[in-house]
Amino acid sequence: MDSRGSETLLPGPRHEVGTPPGPRAEDALPASAASAVKVVVVGGFGVGKTTLVGSVSEIRPLTTEETMTQAGVGVDDTAGVERKTSTTVAMDFGRITLNEQLVLYLFGTPGQERFWFLWNRLFDGALGAVVLVDTRRLEVSFDVIGRLEERGVPFVVAVNAFPGAPVHPVAELRAALDLDASVPLVDCDARLRTSCRDVLLTLMRYLYTLATPEPQ
Amino acid sequence: MSGGEADDGPERMYVITGGRSEAGGRAAADLDLVTLVVARSVPEPGMAPEHAAIVRMCQYPLSVAEVSAYLELPVSAVRVLLADLLAGGRAEARAPVPAASLPDAELLEAVMHGLQRL
Repeated sequence: MDSRGSETLLPGPRHEVGTPPGPRAEDALPASAASAVKVVVVGGFGVGKTTLVGSVSEIRPLTTEETMTQAGVGVDDTAGVERKTSTTVAMDFGRITLNEQLVLYLFGTPGQERFWFLWNRLFDGALGAVVLVDTRRLEVSFDVIGRLEERGVPFVVAVNAFPGAPVHPVAELRAALDLDASVPLVDCDARLRTSCRDVLLTLMRYLYTLATPEPQ
Repeated sequence: MSGGEADDGPERMYVITGGRSEAGGRAAADLDLVTLVVARSVPEPGMAPEHAAIVRMCQYPLSVAEVSAYLELPVSAVRVLLADLLAGGRAEARAPVPAASLPDAELLEAVMHGLQRL
């Protein structure tokens, strides 16, 4: 269904010859920026990850490539023998400068199992994840949620409201996704900055409750 | 691995990184996607073009992911290049917030505060 997609790109020089690569002057971080945190947005192709990232990012979303450098264990590709070192996946990401010292990066990553090789490094040190759900294609979200639970990554679920997509009552959706009652499930419009910001705030508040357990 | 568009194939990566893989360098492997890098020098004659490009773009802090995006090179190759610059004292890395099993409340408050200003 999704063997081709804008999220799987071949690398290739794109900037003008003679122009040194780098951020525009207005995209520079403060010199005092001392540390960064990351949040991962996971979902199937076309669910709106890049839209969400772009809506809250202060810079035009950028694309980075991660290559699988080890043998292609688990790659469901019959050509895997000869192509085992050439698997490249592009990830879009954006940035929010939180204060003079702290920066938040948001990475969008595909949820399909064949991209899970990316997850080790990506989730290492991540605050948590947003699972972006399209109600027309719940099956990708199943696998993603199961995998996040397995890894112990805290996450919230955001339902991207596509025009014409079936509207499910929250309780029904929660049951369909087999979500733990404590995991926040919210609606969002990935095109709106305030809506995406609220999703991130929901994640942070949820992490906060996990970090500050109520006294017994 | 034949074909007309081999510029970005393994051969190019091999040349850029001097054939070293990420696994070979501890410093390289320690670099997270969101480790912030700041140059400690200016581009100098004789520097490899990729090193010079990184030093030029990192006059202000920049994450490893951004360096990879602007250089249009995979993160694994960028880690190797950055490790060279760090080892030579030409750049400094500002480590990401240490990965705890759960982030601490103070950090989360700072993030929430920053998001609320959006």
